[in-house]
Amino acid sequence: MAFIKNVQKTIKENIRDYGMFIALFAIMIFFTITTKGIFISPRNISNLVNQTGYIAVLAVGMTLVIVIRHIDLSVGFLAGFMGAISAIAMVSWHLPVGVVIPLVLILGILAGLLTAFLVAKLGIPAFVASLAGWLIYRGALLLVTLKTGTIIIPNATYNAIGNGYIPDIPDIGILPGAHKVTLLLGILAVIFFVIGEIKNREKKKAYDFEVSSMDMFIMKMIFVSALIMAVTWVLAGYNGLSWTFVIVLVVTLVYHFISTQTVLGRYIYAVGGNPEAAELSGINVKTITYIVFGSMGMLSALSGILYTSRLQSATTIAGQLFEMDAIAAAYVGGVSASGGVGRVTGSIIGAFVMMSLTSGMNLMTIDISSQYIVKGAVLAAAVIFDVATRNRSK
Amino acid sequence: MDKTILEMQHITKEFPGVRALDDVCFSVTDKEIHCLVGENGAGKSTLMKVLSGVYPHGDYEGEIIFNGTVQKYSNISDSKKAGIAIIYQELALIPELTVYENIFLGHEIKSGLVIDWNETIQKATQMLKKVGLDVNPTVKVKELGLGKQQLIEIAKALSVDVKLLILDEPTSALNETDSENLMKLLRDLKKHGVTSVLISHKLKEVIGIADRVTVLRDGRTICTLDAQKGEVSENILIKHMVGREINNVYPKRKSTIVDANVFEVKDWHVYDPKVGREILKNINLNVRKGEIVSLAGLMGSGRTELALSLFGNPRKYRVNGEMVVSGKQVHLTHPEHAIKAGLAYVTEDRKGNGLILIQDIKQNITLANLRAIAENGVVNSNEEVVASKEYKNSLNIKTPSIEQKVLNLSGGNQQKVSVAKWLFVHPQILILDEPTRGIDVGAKYEIYMIMNKLVEQGMSIIMISSELPEILGMSDRIYVVSSGRIAGELSANEATQERIMQLATD
Ligand SMILES: Nc1ncnc2c1ncn2[C@@H]1O[C@H](COP(=O)(O)OP(=O)(O)OP(=O)(O)O)[C@@H](O)[C@H]1O
Ligand SMILES: [Mg+2]
Repeated sequence: MAFIKNVQKTIKENIRDYGMFIALFAIMIFFTITTKGIFISPRNISNLVNQTGYIAVLAVGMTLVIVIRHIDLSVGFLAGFMGAISAIAMVSWHLPVGVVIPLVLILGILAGLLTAFLVAKLGIPAFVASLAGWLIYRGALLLVTLKTGTIIIPNATYNAIGNGYIPDIPDIGILPGAHKVTLLLGILAVIFFVIGEIKNREKKKAYDFEVSSMDMFIMKMIFVSALIMAVTWVLAGYNGLSWTFVIVLVVTLVYHFISTQTVLGRYIYAVGGNPEAAELSGINVKTITYIVFGSMGMLSALSGILYTSRLQSATTIAGQLFEMDAIAAAYVGGVSASGGVGRVTGSIIGAFVMMSLTSGMNLMTIDISSQYIVKGAVLAAAVIFDVATRNRSK
Repeated sequence: MDKTILEMQHITKEFPGVRALDDVCFSVTDKEIHCLVGENGAGKSTLMKVLSGVYPHGDYEGEIIFNGTVQKYSNISDSKKAGIAIIYQELALIPELTVYENIFLGHEIKSGLVIDWNETIQKATQMLKKVGLDVNPTVKVKELGLGKQQLIEIAKALSVDVKLLILDEPTSALNETDSENLMKLLRDLKKHGVTSVLISHKLKEVIGIADRVTVLRDGRTICTLDAQKGEVSENILIKHMVGREINNVYPKRKSTIVDANVFEVKDWHVYDPKVGREILKNINLNVRKGEIVSLAGLMGSGRTELALSLFGNPRKYRVNGEMVVSGKQVHLTHPEHAIKAGLAYVTEDRKGNGLILIQDIKQNITLANLRAIAENGVVNSNEEVVASKEYKNSLNIKTPSIEQKVLNLSGGNQQKVSVAKWLFVHPQILILDEPTRGIDVGAKYEIYMIMNKLVEQGMSIIMISSELPEILGMSDRIYVVSSGRIAGELSANEATQERIMQLATD
């Protein structure tokens, strides 16, 4: 009995945090039923992940931008432009991939810093500054693709980023058809997770802090482990982990760590919560603005690379509306426009929610006009849910 | 005469983890000034929020009877319609709007569909006269000091037909003269049939004005005292509020001064480009190790601006002059540098620029010195909990947990978090700007004890305060600031209220 109470209490207290997770789950189950299982098939899920990748990394950066009370509209065409630059660098300048990728990421950072300069140094509202960027990068993209139109990329390594999968060990007879390295990585992830949690709990105990009851603790570990294994199992059924998945995972983990565990992360959220108080606490608000926009620029470039390599070519309209998808994903994931609130993981879930809707409705052959309407309604519903639960916790 | 106008019966209100009000009974007679006192977090503001419909009917238990009928407000405009006006502890004016726009916000004077601005301005002028405030109604509210803003709040409240006026700590940010004016205003209003409920931590003021006083403690009604029967005195109030007696509000300390300057400012001039004039002229002051130096003066005399210009100058004033910290000349261009140099500054406006309200207690306490609990840039959250718990206990911050958002704390407890945050920086020179604003007697005493302990350990304190008794009770030395100049310097022995006021107003 006490156990069930514990579960209820945990769910009640964390409904805000898990709300989107539950929603994603519900959406996936819904589509699985309506498409008679096609939606949850390894092939579809694998595709879904690869399609979400370039929006997901933008959503991560956008989360922090919105947290510090700004916005960046330029990210879409910046991504497109950066993708085109990477294509040109390989096709016309004959640079190797190993040089092109860092080069483009650095260019992205510079572009982000330029926006930050307008915002932090000159005091121009981010909306306007980045709208100017939107126009400029759009023009720049058209300009560099003017002569050739679409630029086809013949480089297999580069194209693998958006289409390829991590290698597998040769078939040794066990588990034929499954991607063994993927499964192995899944098992490793579970082991790391469990060890980390136990260590954390021990540390808390050493400080004499209250820890969650043993049954809740075990429940949580079983639940998360099962989730990790389920995802890897599905992905292992079709080619294994894609490089896109790996990249998104790394970006998420790094940003999640920075935003929740580090001094820098605390500073970012403090600036968002009350910039004046943050400044008086010795935090350099301008520096934080530069860092956040710089990171946004880098992630835009990464998004551009993911998208361009997925299409295996740079197009004249690459990146169109990416910024809107990223902003929507962030809001669905629970960031607050008034600043200081929002999680990176939430925005990733938000991105997957939006992309699942697209993928599911495509499978159901729902026409595109209805798709937009449904996605708009989901965005509104998510924000309403967020506001409602926030008021209640007050 | 003794008609009861308001009766609140058996009110219970709970927040997650806190029972803020526990079976509280509170009644107010027609045309009286009824004071509500109690420690920080006793539930005073919550009780008034229940009354005014901020917490709607159904959100609390118990009954509200106003003017003889049971009331079930579902929001503030319901109570407003019934004739109850409330002025919150946190000012609710919109800084970017003008005085007249603010006064009539929410009940604009219209002719047809459009707002009649001329009529509005004229009415606003009348309201301002009524509250004894001499400002141009067309200036923006943000250009006025807190004292004037407070009066505008009252003008706003009076702009509708009010029977019961509730003021939640209206004088905590006011100087003596402004406070006295306000008290006079309340007496005037009483003559015109307005009943008032006044929440205050300034007991002298309460004793001066109250017809009756109700004391709350830990969410319960302790007693209601009648002034006419001679039941209201400082000692009695303190005893009921705190539950024990406090004999000397300003604890004594042995002189701890070491004769060495740790802080010195020479020929300090500050020009504010935003207002286009020099706001501080030729400031010279020094602080010795283990000394408490006060900056006395009227509101708006420039003391907060001085503190800001010293503390890394975040407002980007143009500063000219010399500052020496522990014998080293420093040039501080950001609060970050000021903190590194050994300064800390507890701001006067805890909500505006002191705290991050949406974050929890522990995050606020550690913010200014996060690196102390971080390794290679990674925050050790366990150490953070340990450190914050320490301050929660030593400053007696009333809260169910340090994970509580600062937003949900009572005003006084927020102030304690603000102080804790800067103590965690372990500064050499602590600048306290109105450190006991909105704090109850018990907690004030605690803060004074802490100040004494800090100077005993060798810290130096610069205290900005508009409360003369506090200045006289705590300082070793006093600088009186008047219109951006140091008008005089007094030692503890020579200082009296009269001397200070004389210097402050010349
Ligand atoms: N929204 C809220 N959520 C949770 N707890 C709350 C909330 N509002 C108030 N409290 C708690 O209720 C108690 C009473 O708070 P209240 O603001 O009424 O105190 P107060 O008597 O006005 O104190 P002060 O003199 O410091 O202003 C406090 O313990 C406070 O932390
Ligand atoms: Mg209060």
